[in-house]
Amino acid sequence: MIKRPISRRGLIKTAGVVGVGLAAPHVFIRNANAFNNEPTGGTVTLGFNVPQTGPYADEGADELRAYELAVEHLNGEGDGGMLNTFSSKALKGNGILGKKVEFVTGDTQTKSDAARASAKSMIEKDGAIMITGGSSSGVAVAVQSLCQEAGVIFMAGLTHSNDTTGKDKKANGFRHFFNGYMSAAALAPVLKNAYGTDRKAYHLTADYTWGWTQQESIASATEAMGWETVNNVLTPLAATDFSAYITPILQSDADVLVLNHYGGNMVNSLTNAVQFGLRDRQVNGKNFEIIVPLYSRLMAKGAGENVKGIFGSTNWHWSLEDEGSIAFVQSFGKKYGFPPSQAAHTCYVQTLLYADAVERGGSFNPCSVVEALEGYEFDGLGNGPTLYRADDHQCFKDVLVVKGKENPTSEFDLLEIVEVTPAAQVTYPPDHPMFAGGDLGTCNSGA
Amino acid sequence: MDAIILQVLNGLDKGSAYALIALGLTLIFGTLGVVNFAHGALFMLGAFCAVTLNAILRLSTETIDPSRTDFLGNPLKVKTPYVENWFGPEIGGAMIEWSVPLAIVFAIPVMVAVGIATERGLIKYFYKRPHADQILVTFGLAIVLQEIIKYFFGANPIPTPAPDAFIGSFDFGALVGMEAGTIIYPYWRLVYFAFAAIVIGAVFAFLQYTTFGMVVRAGMADRETVGLLGINIDKRFTIMFAIAACVAGLAGVMYAPINSPNYHMGMDFLVLSFVVVVVGGMGSLPGAVAAGFLLGILESFASMSQVVNLLPGINQIIIYLVAIIILLTRPRGLLGRKGVMEG
Repeated sequence: MIKRPISRRGLIKTAGVVGVGLAAPHVFIRNANAFNNEPTGGTVTLGFNVPQTGPYADEGADELRAYELAVEHLNGEGDGGMLNTFSSKALKGNGILGKKVEFVTGDTQTKSDAARASAKSMIEKDGAIMITGGSSSGVAVAVQSLCQEAGVIFMAGLTHSNDTTGKDKKANGFRHFFNGYMSAAALAPVLKNAYGTDRKAYHLTADYTWGWTQQESIASATEAMGWETVNNVLTPLAATDFSAYITPILQSDADVLVLNHYGGNMVNSLTNAVQFGLRDRQVNGKNFEIIVPLYSRLMAKGAGENVKGIFGSTNWHWSLEDEGSIAFVQSFGKKYGFPPSQAAHTCYVQTLLYADAVERGGSFNPCSVVEALEGYEFDGLGNGPTLYRADDHQCFKDVLVVKGKENPTSEFDLLEIVEVTPAAQVTYPPDHPMFAGGDLGTCNSGA
Repeated sequence: MDAIILQVLNGLDKGSAYALIALGLTLIFGTLGVVNFAHGALFMLGAFCAVTLNAILRLSTETIDPSRTDFLGNPLKVKTPYVENWFGPEIGGAMIEWSVPLAIVFAIPVMVAVGIATERGLIKYFYKRPHADQILVTFGLAIVLQEIIKYFFGANPIPTPAPDAFIGSFDFGALVGMEAGTIIYPYWRLVYFAFAAIVIGAVFAFLQYTTFGMVVRAGMADRETVGLLGINIDKRFTIMFAIAACVAGLAGVMYAPINSPNYHMGMDFLVLSFVVVVVGGMGSLPGAVAAGFLLGILESFASMSQVVNLLPGINQIIIYLVAIIILLTRPRGLLGRKGVMEG
């Protein structure tokens, strides 16, 4: 037996290597994997980050229903929904890349810090490979930035601020939902036909990123067709009674009120405006009109009778007659007993698009997903032919201009589609001033 | 001039709600010595009494109409409210239309029961505990009540319209000889103001002119001595809690048509109502009412675009600013009594 003495130099070398290994930060050890949260077993985990408490909890609940339906369809259960109408046939109903889809949920509470905390927990503790959801642009921008840093994909839910794919865009983030600019571009011609070119508009605007960018977009589009913006008053997000903001309109010479409000703000400001008789007014020899640029059926329900005849825009509506929308409404309606909201639709579609991109790219690696989604053209998901533009990760598709229905036939039948504005009419160059200032950067796989 | 009149009118209805909530808060604080953070939730419960009665009146039978289809393409189920079947479309329809005023009758026993159950089941165990404990337990109660309402009614606002007769607005400008259409004020907000005045008047009259009220006022001044006289002051205080809950609930019922109720509406009023109580003077009922109207009107003025352009953000801090000034110059509040919350 040969005894090999341990030399002092050898001991120091070994200790040094072991020491560096133990002291190495977690982030370096993660290099062992090709990318962050690489699924290794027979399952893959998606993180659904939606408002489960707080003022948007109902929208969050509808988003969660859509996600559960999407997971069912991806795993080959149920009737398959829009998997049957999707132009891509990469998804086979056997999970994603053969791995069964599982999910965890987080509560954004419609607060940026809470949303980031729940997304972080799903990424770090539950191993979520992709985060999706949300019902506020403030939350979307915050979570998108977190996902970029963490090296996972973010598929935005309901977010309508120009900034999400404008100055705050990120390579790991993708938005299917439309934005303030698109609403304005779609609405302007309809408003011109309905109300003429000589109008004075008064804006009430929610005082945060979404309100500011929508107001800027609507003011710019309406001024371009001859309207004058007489005032823009920022209202606190926490406001509940808008009477003090409505009454100065009576003293102004405005003949149009634009409500850049969403959710409870929209319900209350519209209700207050109608209570103060704005819709019965005659100013400058014209009927006073109200416009709600971003409509949601759930919010329209809250405003009740007050929405009748009021123009707005929406990303999708359950009454669309294309085969994708019909398949989704049937699938969702049979499972839950009522039609899906636009929030549910965009979340369902985003999940399918992510899964499809993984299948087409052949990997869960976020950089592979980014490559598969950039410049991707698809159809059959309810909005007609759609492009995921590579420059800013924004979807370009038709936009619906809607109007509060005068004679609804059911509790869901609140909005009627007055025009489907073609995608070309709402498309803007990537360097448009309203979207300038941000940098997409490069994809981060967390490796 | 017309802008000023409008903002005063605006402030009156908001002030009415503040005054009614602050009145209840002061009653509870003055009699039971409890700082009740669940009071906003009682206001919200009142509004949901209106929502519930409306939903009950709309309970319907379903008949199939084969000539029409629903969103899934199945034959449409047509709903007819039971009240229309029982009393005919006219009377049944009128009952649904007038559900908010009718809800006053519905809300009184509900809110009294909630008040008694809360006081006997929870609050009485905290009489001798520090105010911090009372705040924590009542705040917890408020959250529980909110979540119960959200579970049954969801998070979105629920439209609860006023009767058609009160849906329009009133041209105040034309009435006082100014240009027509410049001072418009919704009828229902006038109704709300009048209703608040009646409720406040009734509470004051009850405390001032009944033997019960006299004992309660004596209890507010010196609880220990009243107890030594052999009067069961605890029982009366339970009733006072129920009355305060009822006042908050009625304020909520009538507020439902002004802003569609949601589960969170109580919290929106709670903090401001506490400021109203402090500004008015802890334990002073007239102070609470006066401060409620004063701060409601000030808040309306601060929201005018001319004022906001001059001092951006003033509309969000005006009430707190006034509270600081009043506390610095009159530490007991506008009409505060000596000895309350002191020493």
